[in-house]
Amino acid sequence: MLFAALIAVAGGLAGGLVGVGGGVLFVPALTIFIGLSQVEGESTSLLMIVIVALVGAARQNSYGNLNLRDALVIGILSPLGVLIGVVVANEVPQRALELSFAALVLFVAYGLVRRAWRPQTGAARRPRSTK
Amino acid sequence: MPSERTLKLATIGTLAGIFSGIFGVGGGTVIVPLLMFWFGYGERLATGTSLGAIVLIGLLGTIAQGGFYGNVHVTTGLLLAIPAVLGVVMGTAIQQRIPQRAVSLLFAVLLVGIAIELIVK
Repeated sequence: MLFAALIAVAGGLAGGLVGVGGGVLFVPALTIFIGLSQVEGESTSLLMIVIVALVGAARQNSYGNLNLRDALVIGILSPLGVLIGVVVANEVPQRALELSFAALVLFVAYGLVRRAWRPQTGAARRPRSTK
Repeated sequence: MPSERTLKLATIGTLAGIFSGIFGVGGGTVIVPLLMFWFGYGERLATGTSLGAIVLIGLLGTIAQGGFYGNVHVTTGLLLAIPAVLGVVMGTAIQQRIPQRAVSLLFAVLLVGIAIELIVK
């Protein structure tokens, strides 16, 4: 339980720093250290993600870093994607999916590193349009 | 007819859902970079807005998995959420005090880690 709690802190920390839910760390904490099955671990991790994301979003809102309208549009339309994803996962070989997703995230990582290295124009960039 | 901006947001939501459906990883991996590249969001605004969207995505997933399949261990989840919330409060506070480009680099490190996990598994 102590190890699980420490990993949970790390998951929350990652969530606050880079805006992900933390499931990447919560799932192993629940399966390896608490002993839940993979499905139970993933499901229970979802509950933790809701709480962590809620507190994180509230904190970010108080710092002025939350666009609530955009967040709602993205969140509301995600179930459609989940449905498509589940179908794709069952129709396309898993290995092909894993390797293509790996290539995609590496490409995005390259884009982020380039972005971090380019000369900064002004302070925080805000969205181009607020329409 | 929805505006181009709404259509782009809808695409981000759908893509985030697709990757969650296939790999079970949260939508944040998809949402944060796309908000930055497509909308010119700064790192902090992108990560904050991503957390807001994840509340909804996670809530729907929890209701489906817990309500329909009974796979959610509520007490365990709530107990472990306590240290996790401590982490996210620290994480958001630290994020306000480091340069935005450092957030981009941390995110790139996370993505490389995910890629390695996908390749070796």
